[in-house]
Amino acid sequence: MHIHKYEKIWLFFGIGSLFVFLTIIGVSAFAQGNQPPSCLTTIDPEKVDETPPFNKPGLVKTGDNEYQLNIVASAFAYTPNQIEIPKGAKVTINVTTKDVIHGFEMAGTNVNMMVEPGYVNSFTKTFNKTGQYTIVCNEYCGAGHHMMTAKVKVVNKQ
Amino acid sequence: MAIPQLQNTKPKVKMTKESPSLKGTLASVFLLGFFLMFTWISIYFLFLDRL
Amino acid sequence: MNETMKVDRRDAKLAMAHIYVAFIALALGGFAGLLQVLVRSGKFTLPANISYYTILTTHGVLLGLVLTTFFIIGFQFAAMSRTAGTFSNQVRTWGWVGFWMMTIGTAMTAFFILIGEASVLFTFYAPLQAHPGFYLGLTLVVVGSWISGFTMFAHYAKWKKANPGKTSPLLTFMSVANMILWLVCTLGVAATVLIQLLPWSLGLIDRINVLVSRTLFWYFGHPLVYFWLLPAYMVWYVVIPKIIGGKIFSDALARLSFILFLFFSIPVGFHHQLLEPGIDPFWKYVQVILTFMVVIPSLMTAFSMFATFEMYGRSKGATGLFGWLRKLPWGDARFFAPFVGMLFFIPAGAGGLVNASHQLNQVVHNTIWVTGHFHLTLATTVVLTFFGAAYWLIPHLTGRVMTKTMNRLAIVQTVVWAIGMCFMSGSMHFAGLLGAPRRSAFSTYGNSPQALEWIPYQIAQAIGGTILFIGIILVLVIVTNLAFFAPKGETEFPVGEVAETAERTPLVFENWKLWIGITVALILIAYTIPFIDMIQNAPPGSKGYKLW
Repeated sequence: MHIHKYEKIWLFFGIGSLFVFLTIIGVSAFAQGNQPPSCLTTIDPEKVDETPPFNKPGLVKTGDNEYQLNIVASAFAYTPNQIEIPKGAKVTINVTTKDVIHGFEMAGTNVNMMVEPGYVNSFTKTFNKTGQYTIVCNEYCGAGHHMMTAKVKVVNKQ
Repeated sequence: MAIPQLQNTKPKVKMTKESPSLKGTLASVFLLGFFLMFTWISIYFLFLDRL
Repeated sequence: MNETMKVDRRDAKLAMAHIYVAFIALALGGFAGLLQVLVRSGKFTLPANISYYTILTTHGVLLGLVLTTFFIIGFQFAAMSRTAGTFSNQVRTWGWVGFWMMTIGTAMTAFFILIGEASVLFTFYAPLQAHPGFYLGLTLVVVGSWISGFTMFAHYAKWKKANPGKTSPLLTFMSVANMILWLVCTLGVAATVLIQLLPWSLGLIDRINVLVSRTLFWYFGHPLVYFWLLPAYMVWYVVIPKIIGGKIFSDALARLSFILFLFFSIPVGFHHQLLEPGIDPFWKYVQVILTFMVVIPSLMTAFSMFATFEMYGRSKGATGLFGWLRKLPWGDARFFAPFVGMLFFIPAGAGGLVNASHQLNQVVHNTIWVTGHFHLTLATTVVLTFFGAAYWLIPHLTGRVMTKTMNRLAIVQTVVWAIGMCFMSGSMHFAGLLGAPRRSAFSTYGNSPQALEWIPYQIAQAIGGTILFIGIILVLVIVTNLAFFAPKGETEFPVGEVAETAERTPLVFENWKLWIGITVALILIAYTIPFIDMIQNAPPGSKGYKLW
């Protein structure tokens, strides 16, 4: 099949760019660990309240400057919904749901996960700046979906 | 009428030159390509900034 | 030539029936859209306890599923009758069976949405559980579309038999390719509805595997957008060259791009599920690569379109690098509307690349950026092309002509649409980058400073959405005129011819067994292992919830 010379140039450039993009995100994901949230841990959605760590949701110190933030989503609230994080903390956020699908988005950050019944989702972020973040549910979950929110404050350590 | 004649003869000339002039097309698709790259790279840097 | 120039009157009635339903859906769905942007501006509340989410479900189902599917099937029936000959009585009868099944299904679905029994949005994610009638209605729509698909295949087979060893007409080939795509992808949504959702909503089974259901939905959900896009590409590749007075740049490359769409638009559903907990990131990335491959036929299409325009302009004596742009028929709405659609596909494609880029999806997932994105792809590129097609298709089918006044109104309509969409989609994109979520009623999230920042953008969306609603009124005026009031006469169904410089089309393109074989192979590669993993490592299933 005959292809015009300029079209060959264009496709070479275009397809080449696609592979450059794929390489950049591939290296970032597989070599530097910037994978999208894919926790792969399962949980019985009807026994969330009895299953650790979600039986005691909240911020837990796990190491030097390392924390776990365990959050339970349900229609239409996050537990807990007021969170204080010391500045500089490396926080692994674990979140699961007791009922339907929810979203978990810390607006203006890369923390953005789907929360599905039966699964724990997880993402790790280091909070280097003080300030306030709003967590919003970004997957439709019912009549009160737009009321489902939580606040995170990053504060200076005492 | 001059126009139909033009239409009739032109492709024949092109046939001998093998391919028609598509300089404008090449320029257009490259502009498009650079726009795609610009957008993608902007969001990539936004992602890095938010890491 | 075996081609008939005019769509037979009886076939025209079948095509028009689909188009009527499509534009009724546009009117109702567009009104729902207007209510949404007004609510979200924070300045307006819905009367009589009507839920935002009922309106949102109506909008999504009517415009995303009904307008598109009906217009596409009607358009393809007309295109096949025009290029592959008048339908046999049997084909036409089955076409009507498909139409009525789809229409009854639509009415049923709409009924259960409007009485508030199915505020589950057009993605109907379990474990939100709608009334069984909602799922049953959707099933009828899909099965009806299958019947229409098979009638198109039957008509194509008859043409092949009558014309052995010949390359099929381009529009017929493209319609068949699109219906194969549709059939292969709707198997996924049919599976989740018939095996999971329907029995679960009827109480026959207690629990549902949520991830399997979502995966089957998105196996369908991405090719769905290409099922919308390919008819627009048919207009671009075949009809637009004829309208401007030029030639099709290359028949073979047009067919090649459709085959590539068939291959790569299905095994890519995970790029809608990039932030899900239950899928291994390796398999997400595999599908990200395949998603990037589906960009290639669009890169080819961009080149073909510019080349068609430039070759025509130069044949009219255009000089300089961009002089050919001035030779294009800017005053012809049949060209202008689809052309504006093409322009909007550039930012739409750019946004699409971002969405599909694995971890970059975290920046935009489920923010209103995504809504902005598909209001460029579907609600501008595809829809403006459909409008542009309606401007000759409807008068052709009803035996009327478009008057100069209507043409001018159609130009205005296109401009109104472009302006409205710049406001609405533009502000959606920017608000999305700031984190504003999609699919949410107005909320300040407890007066959060971040959420307050989004409000000016939401007001801009309301302004844009209102302008777009004016655009809908204009197009409805034009369509009504063309269907019932325009002067009687003959309107051409424009079908382009191939440029003399283009090479002959190889017959291999008609080898559907090969193309379907490769399609299935790619699907199996992309889905088999992660799907088995989902079932083997499944958590306890979910009961149904009605939380609205």
